[in-house]
Amino acid sequence: MIPAPHITRAPGGGVAGPARLPTYALVGNPNCGKSTLFNALTGLKQKVGNYPGVTVEKKVGTAYTQHGQPITVIDLPGAYSLAARSPDEAVTRDVLLGRRGDTAMPDRILCIVDATNLERNLYLLHQILDLGRPVIVVLNMMDLAVKAGLNIRVARLEHELGVPVIACEAVNGKGIIDLKLAMSRADLPLSRHAWDVPAPIAPAVAELQASLTASDGKPPLIARAEALLLLTDPDSVRVAGSTPLSARTHDILRGWQERWHAQGTDWAGTLVNSRYEAIGLIAAEVVLRQGTTGPTPSDKIDAVATHPVWGWLTLGAIMTLLFFSIFTLAEFPMNFIDDQIAGLANQVKDTMPAGDLRDLITDGAIAGVGGVVIFLPQILILFFFIGLLESTGYMARAAFIMDRLMSRVGLNGKSFIPLLSSYACAIPGIMATRTIEDHKDRLVTILVAPLMSCSARLPVYLLMIAALVPGERVPVATKVGIMLLMYFLGTFGAFGFAWLFKRTLLKGEPPIMIMELPPYRIPGFKDVTLHMLERAWIFLRRAGTVILGISILLWFLSAYPKAPAGAPPQAQLAQSFAGRAGHALEPAIKPLGFDWQIGIGLISSFAAREVFVSTMGVVFNAESDDQDTAPLRQALLEARWPDGRVLFTPLVCFTLMIFYVFAMQCISTIAVVRRETNSWRWPLFQIGYMTGTAWVLSFIVYQSGRALGLG
Amino acid sequence: MKLSELPVGASAVVREFLNSGAAFIRLREMGLLAGTPVTLIRAAPMGDPLEIKLRGYHLTLRKSEAEHVIVELAAPK
Repeated sequence: MIPAPHITRAPGGGVAGPARLPTYALVGNPNCGKSTLFNALTGLKQKVGNYPGVTVEKKVGTAYTQHGQPITVIDLPGAYSLAARSPDEAVTRDVLLGRRGDTAMPDRILCIVDATNLERNLYLLHQILDLGRPVIVVLNMMDLAVKAGLNIRVARLEHELGVPVIACEAVNGKGIIDLKLAMSRADLPLSRHAWDVPAPIAPAVAELQASLTASDGKPPLIARAEALLLLTDPDSVRVAGSTPLSARTHDILRGWQERWHAQGTDWAGTLVNSRYEAIGLIAAEVVLRQGTTGPTPSDKIDAVATHPVWGWLTLGAIMTLLFFSIFTLAEFPMNFIDDQIAGLANQVKDTMPAGDLRDLITDGAIAGVGGVVIFLPQILILFFFIGLLESTGYMARAAFIMDRLMSRVGLNGKSFIPLLSSYACAIPGIMATRTIEDHKDRLVTILVAPLMSCSARLPVYLLMIAALVPGERVPVATKVGIMLLMYFLGTFGAFGFAWLFKRTLLKGEPPIMIMELPPYRIPGFKDVTLHMLERAWIFLRRAGTVILGISILLWFLSAYPKAPAGAPPQAQLAQSFAGRAGHALEPAIKPLGFDWQIGIGLISSFAAREVFVSTMGVVFNAESDDQDTAPLRQALLEARWPDGRVLFTPLVCFTLMIFYVFAMQCISTIAVVRRETNSWRWPLFQIGYMTGTAWVLSFIVYQSGRALGLG
Repeated sequence: MKLSELPVGASAVVREFLNSGAAFIRLREMGLLAGTPVTLIRAAPMGDPLEIKLRGYHLTLRKSEAEHVIVELAAPK
């Protein structure tokens, strides 16, 4: 087991100097330009990992003052409110309230608000001002606000709130210097903004505040803010790694909730109303609307992009472009990498004396590294596209269009892009599920994503189809038909199991689709690239190490024990550990029509499913490469059971494809699921249900085929 | 009338919420309160969810939630 990545704590008290520089937390609504600002402040000085115990991304960076002193900035997940509805928001809330043992409560808060959408953004700021910490407000996207006909009086806002307000355009770096100057100030004022808590709940707030101070050890101001939050948010999302409430506070909270519930009053809603009333007064002072503007560029794009007809075509075109790039564009770097790896292996073979060490280096290590790196171009393209879809705002539109369809199986539109990405590779798909707020929806999406036929299954399908229907006699349409059938089966399986899991195992509230459709924006190239590189690095670390390890292990299993000198490769493989494992597996797979040699192929698929093809090459001693599988096809057709029956009958080829559609064979996916679900329970469940389904379906197909006299 | 019954392009003012669950607290936190003017921009290509405009930004919600939001049609300008 690989431990979750850990972020070192910000350098704190140990640093020499009269006063240590304060730690800042960066908070803001989703889509307000927070990551762009974080990147602009910290450059490449960032550390990305997970909060221990939850799969929420933790980003910590260092910004420098004008005098070159480092300031630690924690980029908290985007949140609409501190009354958390998702694990992301729960982490933001818990860090700000000092509930997390792994992250010290930040000294100061940098709250970024979108100037084009001030009222809703001020809601989070309003909750944050309650915390009684020094706050700097960053008024971002000032240029877009001007374009939208909004005149925002910055000085007035500063006066109303009583905290520094910095106008900023994070995309082109305007205002960053002012912001850094403000951040390096030794003293920052506390907000003097006052708002009236509705009188009927004041006693509840006071009692909870007192209990939080006495029993939970909270400073009075934080305690008041937390009391208000607890009352707004009766059934809040909890995350691992955060300190729970003391029993006494919990009981007081429960008491008030029950009293109000009996009275039939909705104080949570009232509390939201009073905040918006206070916000309305501020906004009326600060925002001057200069005439009404016509439809914005965003409105014009949406008239097409979410149109009943053009919307589907747009979505189809974007997805086609995505897959075209993945399958054709990636081919050039992939071939290049393939050649380089082969060249390197040959070089080692030429310079080193023959022996186990040489074979370990060439067939284990170099082949393993090659197996990892060969996937990088596809993965990079996929991550780049996902980043582009997110930062332009199109991702939300895709979710909007697909929501109705996804709701048929109990999911929401946000599961669409992760599932679609899984056609290329389940790993980026599973990593993209972090945009799904609801924990159960996210888990279901992760569980079914590997059923979408990924690109590593393609070579297996191609080989089996070639063996199944020899090209000369059968029209191409039949081959394409079989291929499409496999993709359909995987997709159908994914949706079927999603439906099943949402009804049984992970039964929950019907997912809600309260989602902002942010204005379209031109993405920052730097931000998208950085996002892509971060994801690719996680892939290399997680999947890469696993693939490399499995490759070396598989090399060992197929190289030992040694056959007598001079034996052909397939004889060596036959009596190696891998061969023995194939024999051991045979009783379990014989009912599916597979023999021990196919069993070796199934085992080797754990590195990556496509390794099946090269393993078959060794097993049946066929010299073939990626471009030409004809010799291998011929060798497969000549393969026999010991009693002389044909091994690769059309029925067996078909059954094998069914098995590959459903079976969970990819160890790197398992490693990523382990990381993304934070437990071994779900990856193990996934191996069980997928491989179980694969076996049962293959059994049914093979045995009914036999009964019908097809095999 | 219900927000889910509002014709496309029509503007209205929110009157009340018929339900108070987590989803409705969140809708209010997103700025959809009694007295807030909203415009129904469109329905998704398959009829659900709905896209509304409020406080200068665009928000989606499903019909199943919109059914519990009572609005009053604004007088045409």
